Amino acid sequence: MRGILSYGAYVPYRRLDRADIRAFLGSGGGKGTRAVASYDEDTTTLAVEASRVAMRAAPAGIVPSALWFATVSPAYLDKTNATAIHAALRLDADAAAADFGGAPRSGVVAWRAALSGTGTVLVVAADIRTGLPGSADEAGGGDAGSALLIGDGDEGAPVLAEYLGAASATSEFIDRWRTPGENRSRQWEERFGELQYLPLAEQAWKAALQEAGLAPGDLDLVAVTGLHTRAVRAAVRKLGVGDEVVLDDLGASVGNSGTAHPGLLLAAALDRAEPGQVIAVLSLADGADAFVFRATEALPAHRPARTVAGQVANGAGLPYAKFLSWRGMLTLDPPRRPEPARVSASAAARSEAWKYAFVGSRDRSSGAVHLPPARVSMVGDAIDDMDPIPMADTEGTIVTFTVDRLAYSPSPPVIFAVVDFDGGGRLPIELTDVDEADVAIGDRVEMTFRRLNSADGIHNYFWKARPVRS
Amino acid sequence: MASHGIKDQVAIVGMGCTPFAEAFGKSTDDLLIDAAQEAFSSAGVGKDTVDAYWLGTAQSGMSGITLAKPLQLHGKPVTRVENFCATGSEALRQASYAVASGAYDVAMAIGVEKVKDSGYQGLNAFPIPNDGTARTLTAAAMFSMVAPAYAKRFGVDEASLREALARIASKNHYNGARNPRAQFRREVSSEQVCAAPPVAGVLGVFDCAGVADGAAAAIVVRAEDAHRYTDRPLYVKALSFVAGNGSGLLDPDYDYTTFPEVVACARDAYEQAGVTDPRHQLAMAEVHDCFTPTELVLMEDLGFAERGTAWKEVLAGTFDLHGELPVNPDGGLKSFGHPVGASGLRMMFEAWLQLRGEAPAERQIETVTERHLALTHNLGGYPGEMVSFVGIVGTQRG
Repeated sequence: MRGILSYGAYVPYRRLDRADIRAFLGSGGGKGTRAVASYDEDTTTLAVEASRVAMRAAPAGIVPSALWFATVSPAYLDKTNATAIHAALRLDADAAAADFGGAPRSGVVAWRAALSGTGTVLVVAADIRTGLPGSADEAGGGDAGSALLIGDGDEGAPVLAEYLGAASATSEFIDRWRTPGENRSRQWEERFGELQYLPLAEQAWKAALQEAGLAPGDLDLVAVTGLHTRAVRAAVRKLGVGDEVVLDDLGASVGNSGTAHPGLLLAAALDRAEPGQVIAVLSLADGADAFVFRATEALPAHRPARTVAGQVANGAGLPYAKFLSWRGMLTLDPPRRPEPARVSASAAARSEAWKYAFVGSRDRSSGAVHLPPARVSMVGDAIDDMDPIPMADTEGTIVTFTVDRLAYSPSPPVIFAVVDFDGGGRLPIELTDVDEADVAIGDRVEMTFRRLNSADGIHNYFWKARPVRS
Repeated sequence: MASHGIKDQVAIVGMGCTPFAEAFGKSTDDLLIDAAQEAFSSAGVGKDTVDAYWLGTAQSGMSGITLAKPLQLHGKPVTRVENFCATGSEALRQASYAVASGAYDVAMAIGVEKVKDSGYQGLNAFPIPNDGTARTLTAAAMFSMVAPAYAKRFGVDEASLREALARIASKNHYNGARNPRAQFRREVSSEQVCAAPPVAGVLGVFDCAGVADGAAAAIVVRAEDAHRYTDRPLYVKALSFVAGNGSGLLDPDYDYTTFPEVVACARDAYEQAGVTDPRHQLAMAEVHDCFTPTELVLMEDLGFAERGTAWKEVLAGTFDLHGELPVNPDGGLKSFGHPVGASGLRMMFEAWLQLRGEAPAERQIETVTERHLALTHNLGGYPGEMVSFVGIVGTQRG
């Protein structure tokens, strides 16, 4: 049985209240909120966080044979972004890592490739949706990541949702486009796109249901998504399913996260699906792609601890001006400190396990944990007698902290704490996703993969700590 | 295996110190020439009499040529040394050990830093290629973490600790206002310290040392030769240095209320010098007051106050100019700013003036009538990962 072995989603902590856009600009905006990737997040880090949720929930010892990453806004071109995700997850070198990019459709196409292929494949998608200030895309977009672990399943790693069928319908027409390097996309007038999408949606939908051997009435949970809002709305009415089975598209809370959105909605569906229920996902992006899954008995016992609804509820506001500066739409006076130097490629390669996967070392004789890993123990005389100790999933406690108003940061001030990890190990480290007034000695924190800065076009990825939130 | 020290084997017979300032009109070469010339005339020697030179600079130049070129030294050994903020003290330590070894008769230790040419506020470390995972905080932020940790461990309420820290800054500015070589020569009240805009944690602008350009120099000879150069030499009693292993950053047992490297370094220096009761044997101390919590902790680490009591001693005026043990009578880093390579020798320059009774009347300390030892101290790095230097000099041999 092929299907979904595990899944996860990541919704960033910050929310932009759409009403603030109108208050600031006098136009644009709307109702509800959209999720905003922090200044220290990019599509690679969003993908890492979504993948971590999925991998933590996966049965122990499961080893993906490949990692496919899809995004519209890659952190790099001419360099594979999936390799950093691969490193952060500590996947073995024999697991391939590759990017699927260019358009939101690349995410669901990666699903199809994994579902119809072999092996255990982690398919992850992430987008940071941008638009010019006041635009519909700015307000309607959202930032998120989603991940599916797809494989054949066995006793130790049961399939949580069986893959029943999928279908695509493709046609070349101009709906939405962006030339490389632009920070926004453009869209043709909406009626034309709507008329193009509707027959494609119906075609893919019918073909997928036929492959699954099901009728619309057999469906329990249906997610429909796409950046063409009007076409999505119209398509829903053509599916032959009742309103009650159509899922919230999270537009009012998260916004549309493009490439990541089908996965985000599927994760939300799996969070609530009962065993035996049938879930369908229809995605409109340069054509239509439809998927049908059936939840298995294994699902309730293997859901990730971090649900989509929990993450959606666990956000905090962000002023619109700060949002604009984070997105490069508002250039702030930089701190009067030297900019960070670029990362050394050779030094980064030597410390791959530490830098990307947060792996320290533990002295075999004294048990002392060294962060970063060391060859010579700080306790006793042991040399080269340490075991690697992965710390990315270990929580810690704040011992002391400070707020640095002078240090260079893309979004000052820097909030920084000395963290003692459960079971041993200490690291002074930057905090993120927190307001300075809300930090206290004794607070609990967890690790999150972030982009510290970029210099000379090289992104500096490492870990930060954030408050543990349920 | 032991640290034997070189007690009474060498003496300082001449010193020089430039004003510490935003010396936009002076180059590194100018500062080196000015400090060296003053030291040469102070000892009554010329550059050819000095057999070997040790130049301390953190990042204002590389190699001995940085000094040999501006002074036009011919055929002389010049060694550039660097040890974070203890760089100037390290130059003195190397020059003194070289003379004590018998390798040279006369050596100069000189330290310099041109900080203000960077165009940035604060000190900025020379970027070394790395994996990008090391912290990038300012020193102010790292030292600010001492304050809440100290308050918590010793049960000091926030207001009392804030007042003690302000008193340290205000004391040093009081002293610096009486020093023509200091950069900041205005008294600053405790109220002004507390009202300053925040920089990091609870620290405001006045809790932080400034930055400055400057240079200072010392000439050392064998102790038995000292009176050929001056009637009032300073004998080197102890020169101790400890480079920390950085475990405070890794070890959950470290609590940010003490600097173990300083404790170890002070213990070694006191043993070298035969000091058993520093608070009552020392006439004065120049300590590394980079930030106000640093000076607070140093009072305990150097043995001037019992653990957990320094804040009370500070408030009681123990370390004031006319207190029981004057600390930073020249105004400290607070008033001078911190040209990294020069600061250690600037501190020694104050010991030179005070112990010889040459400090201006308005800041001459009284303790020198009874006591004849002075201590200088530098640290570099951060709580948990630092280097420490402690030097002791005295006017009496034996």
